[in-house]
Amino acid sequence: MNPQIEAVALPVAALAGGLALFGLFVWVGGYDPLQVWSLLFLGAFGDAFSIQNTLQRAAPLMLTALCVALPARAGLTVIGGEGALVLGGLAAAALPMALPLPGGALGSAGVLLAAALAGAAWIALAGALRQYRGVNETISSLLLGYVAIALFKHTVEGPLRDPGSLNKPSTPALDDSLLIGLIGPWDVHWGLIFGVVCCVAAALWLGGSTHGFATRVVGGNGRAARLVGLPANRLVITACALGGAGAGLAGGIEVAAVHTSANAALIAGFGYTGILVSFVARHQPLAIVPVAILFGGFLAAGSLLQRRLGLPDASVQVLMGLSFVLILASEALRGRLPQLLPLGRLRRKEATA
Amino acid sequence: MTGSQIGDLLLAVLGGAVRVGTPFLFVSLGECLTEKAGRINLGLEGVLVFSAMAGFGAAYLSGLWWIGVLAAAVSGAAVALIHGLVCSLRGVNDIAAGIAIMGLGVGLAFYFGKALIQPQAPQIPSLALGAWSDSGAVASALRINALFPLGVLLAAAMTWAFAHTRWGLLVRLVGDSADAARALGTSVSGVRIAATTVGGAIAGLGGASLSLYYPGSWNEGLSSGQGLIAVALVIFARWHPMRCLGAALLFGGMGALGPALQSVGVTGGYYLFNAVPYAMTLAILIATCSPRRSLQGAPMELTVTR
Repeated sequence: MNPQIEAVALPVAALAGGLALFGLFVWVGGYDPLQVWSLLFLGAFGDAFSIQNTLQRAAPLMLTALCVALPARAGLTVIGGEGALVLGGLAAAALPMALPLPGGALGSAGVLLAAALAGAAWIALAGALRQYRGVNETISSLLLGYVAIALFKHTVEGPLRDPGSLNKPSTPALDDSLLIGLIGPWDVHWGLIFGVVCCVAAALWLGGSTHGFATRVVGGNGRAARLVGLPANRLVITACALGGAGAGLAGGIEVAAVHTSANAALIAGFGYTGILVSFVARHQPLAIVPVAILFGGFLAAGSLLQRRLGLPDASVQVLMGLSFVLILASEALRGRLPQLLPLGRLRRKEATA
Repeated sequence: MTGSQIGDLLLAVLGGAVRVGTPFLFVSLGECLTEKAGRINLGLEGVLVFSAMAGFGAAYLSGLWWIGVLAAAVSGAAVALIHGLVCSLRGVNDIAAGIAIMGLGVGLAFYFGKALIQPQAPQIPSLALGAWSDSGAVASALRINALFPLGVLLAAAMTWAFAHTRWGLLVRLVGDSADAARALGTSVSGVRIAATTVGGAIAGLGGASLSLYYPGSWNEGLSSGQGLIAVALVIFARWHPMRCLGAALLFGGMGALGPALQSVGVTGGYYLFNAVPYAMTLAILIATCSPRRSLQGAPMELTVTR
């Protein structure tokens, strides 16, 4: 089977399987799976309101998925996007408190730059620990994530707390001139455009630049890369920093476009969902865009499932967990579909249709 | 801070080392067994949370604490079994599978645990080892989880079994050289699935310690990364069950530091003290890992140390 068709067909089949298993799961719990499935799609893409909701959530997911995808292409499994996101948000809220910023686009750019730098430094640290000390990056990035969240809570409820925020400890709100607005008449902020642009830029970097090519060589075979004289450590740490910058930017955008200040609402799990998005997209930046929109849709539909059917709010988490397991399991079928399925030709038609 | 306050603090940390360290002990023993067979199961975080919920639910419904402990072990084994099976498929990386199981276990636990946030369940009894003392602080510090001695016995039994039994040798063989195991006609996947499943059951006892002893209730913030810290503890303990015991107590003590300081009136930096175990785990990993050699005592098949 054509590997490109397979690269689409396998994840699509795995996601369909995840939805099917989820239907079975809720059916056992006494809910009507047809109703659950239809509400999932209505809540995600049913009307203009839900589509806006979906896109609102897809924006940070694209950026946090890059935090997994770029290090993955350099051979590392980094899952600390949540930590980079909250630190990015913290940096975005803290910069205007430390420096007088000009209003408008320049000031907003400064805020987002601070966010990206904070995230980049955090994930680059995990990459550097891996390259120079041999510390497993999956464990270290997740531990760093917990440390980041503790730092965030300490700062937001302590030194940087706005004394006016009583019930919900927050930093002082960003000045209106620094906020990121909506795209034209839509109820979707510019963060979505940032997300898409970053994914396209990442794809161009990986696919079209020497530096990106070298990074993929390191990710494919680190030893071979060293033998041909590639600076493996530098390339890996750069990939981590770029990924971390994405997650940090996501945090900055959430602050500047949604919450207006840094507070606990920022710790919403986008970093963790981004891991799944990147795995479903097979760490391909361009594929991240549609996958992030799909999962943004599931997140948006979660509250509808809760309201209409009384399903627990964790049901979307169950759906994602099931999908994740099946996505990984589908790897086992790679390159073997034609032998396993006598109907291989039929499948190909379905996938291209 | 007066002398007696410092004394109280030390006692509270000591008692906390056992109280907070018991879940660490069980999860690290479970992970130790899994890793000895050559696989890493990051999903033990999900196993821990799910088994804590299942154990709490079973104890609440049956009214018997030991049913809860049993249910925690069985459900822990079930979640870990998924990891074992998925990893046995061709081309599936055990780290990625662990991330997936972490998400699935936590999601399922929150889904089923929604109804369990309010009720009270019968607790695991405690052993009053400090009954001889007339000081209240000493007595409360030495009041320990009845599962803790079981964990100590288990650590000793695992040490002995790895060295002296056919099964222990088989697990180590599969963990050190899959090729040699295959040459002997051993099913590598079979042994690994078994080790992962039993490891999940052991980690499930840690979950029961969380929801049925300390903190002793079910809520969604019950575990935040304890399962993951335990995975790192195994590296620190150099894959030796008895050293897992020491590491678990050390980390339990650090985890108890924040609440202990609060109890003597130090309230500043609450979140920072709670982050000490994470930072400490990281510091230990940095100090003990090396990019040039694989770790001493590490199972040769383990990807995490390469």
